[in-house]
Amino acid sequence: MAHKATRSSFGEAIVKLGEKDPQIVVLDADLGKSTMTGDFAKKFPERYFEFGIAEQNMISTASGLALAGKIPFATSFACFLVGRYENIRMSVAYSRANVKLVGTHAGVGIGEDGYSQMGTEDIALLRSLPDFVILQPADDRETQAAVQWASLYKGPVYLRFTRQKVHDVHDDHYQFKFGKGDILKSASSKDGHKAKVAIFTTGGVVYNSLKAAEELDKEGIDSSVINIHTIKPLDKDLVLELARAHKQIVSIEDHSIIGGLGSAIAEIVAEAGISTKLLRLGVKEFGYSGSPEDLYEKFGFSIPKIKQSILSFITTESK
Amino acid sequence: MLREMKAKSAQNAFKLEEEEIKRLKEISRDLRVWIIRMLAEAGSGHPGGSLSAIDILTVLYFHTLRHRPQEPQWPLRDRFILSKGHGVPALYACLAKAGYFPMEDLLTLRKVSSILQGHPVAETVPGIEASTGSLGQGLSIAQGFALASKMDGTHYRVFSMIGDGETQEGQIWETAMSAAKWQLENLIVFLDYNKGQIDGPVKEIMDLEPLASKWTSFNWDVQEIDGHDIAQILNAIDRTRGIPGKPHLIIAHTIKGKGVSFMEHKIEWHGKAPTKEERDAAIREIEDTPI
Ligand SMILES: Cc1ncc(C[n+]2csc(CCOP(=O)(O)OP(=O)(O)O)c2C)c(N)n1
Repeated sequence: MAHKATRSSFGEAIVKLGEKDPQIVVLDADLGKSTMTGDFAKKFPERYFEFGIAEQNMISTASGLALAGKIPFATSFACFLVGRYENIRMSVAYSRANVKLVGTHAGVGIGEDGYSQMGTEDIALLRSLPDFVILQPADDRETQAAVQWASLYKGPVYLRFTRQKVHDVHDDHYQFKFGKGDILKSASSKDGHKAKVAIFTTGGVVYNSLKAAEELDKEGIDSSVINIHTIKPLDKDLVLELARAHKQIVSIEDHSIIGGLGSAIAEIVAEAGISTKLLRLGVKEFGYSGSPEDLYEKFGFSIPKIKQSILSFITTESK
Repeated sequence: MLREMKAKSAQNAFKLEEEEIKRLKEISRDLRVWIIRMLAEAGSGHPGGSLSAIDILTVLYFHTLRHRPQEPQWPLRDRFILSKGHGVPALYACLAKAGYFPMEDLLTLRKVSSILQGHPVAETVPGIEASTGSLGQGLSIAQGFALASKMDGTHYRVFSMIGDGETQEGQIWETAMSAAKWQLENLIVFLDYNKGQIDGPVKEIMDLEPLASKWTSFNWDVQEIDGHDIAQILNAIDRTRGIPGKPHLIIAHTIKGKGVSFMEHKIEWHGKAPTKEERDAAIREIEDTPI
């Protein structure tokens, strides 16, 4: 069982892809040691561009490189990339430039550095840009596959990675399917009966969500767990199907409760007129310093906290 | 004998250049008329910064750039990125005249469902390389093209134009640093120094001076010219060829609204369209001014 940060998986993947495709270039703004682009830099110095601490210049330059036929991966912390939202909006999205933005240090899971370095609104911001693909893989295998997919796809992609290590939720047979929800656990109820709860989750909290669901099994609560690696475009059909087949739905993400996966699900379900109640678990305040474990406990992303939240949601709703 | 021949060929070259300058002047006069026509028809837009830029753009599109209007995606073409995107009427006029799309399309500027948006959009308009309109970003995009050109060994040149007001953006100076770091001698940037922006004169809003020495100290090759003098524009571009290892900045002293006396130097003509009467007066003046 690998236990690896998805940013590290990205660092390995981009070297492998760089070997195959000479058009891939990597852009860095003085954070290569943290975004894990060092191996690429060593191997392909002529394809590595160090901008210094100048993210807006990096993002717009990535656009020019892409429009000239390169496949640029522009890397920084998620918060510093979307801090230059308007460059992403204009230089990348509106030029339909084939740029891959790589935001590491997603969510409160980064730990001690605190809020200033946490990407907690990035999905909300980028989700509003037309035709912008957003990928957030949950483990090593999925990251390798997602990065490869992004390198082959023509168009703007945002890739969101964790600083902290994550446990595998997939085995060797895993196949990444762009735009499709990845069902990690299916509820067992049959004969047209509605199952209890469908849990949609993404990124650094997928493993804990899955474990919490297994804990809920022991309490007799039948659940499905869906890993959403493609946040945009979201797998609408699956969301609707599961919203209809379950009594309740839950979203869990290490991102602001506003504008992320939970919001995207709410939009789809409400627009379809489905009355299944939704509980959104996410970040509701500024993040702060602490160990990743302590913060996951505080922000409600530990296994016991997730279990507890879902239990009380279900009981209140059943009354 | 030899001396005579040399003198004669120098004379011929001089005559050729005279003819070429006259040809370019005629084109830019014609395009000035189109800029006025299209803005009047659109009912909004930016005459001041279009008229200050048009002589430079004319030289680029009708003399300097290697490009194929019938094959806009020709991979080896030189690139031009208009970083001061609001000056796009000048660029659209050049593109149409060069044959990228019909001249009549110019009169659809800013109308719903026209390809000619109020600011440049990549992909939808033949000849437009990148979407711009948020000041400060286009120069970085041009830098991206210049990097790619060097990596690929294709050696196409990348031209860009920034505004003087635009030069107040921090991103311009980030690019000033990085383009020098990467020694982008294939990047040639015009700074349209027309001395005006929206809220007033550049000097009062946020003075750029000393401007040339700022760029020189950032390790750029810097020239200063009269941006309405075709010969000076041609010579400045020529001169960049001989200077390796540095990106090039050509500070072009220009007049905002150049060619229409009631617009020249007037801040209020930054971003409003002429009425029908103003249009007619402007066109008359442009056409009556000897080249
Ligand atoms: C980032 C950004 N801020 C503000 C504007 C609005 N704006 C459009 S034109 C302009 C003035 C530009 O002045 P300058 O660069 O000198 O252009 P010129 O005088 O050549 O028209 C401003 C502020 C913008 N387009 N982009």
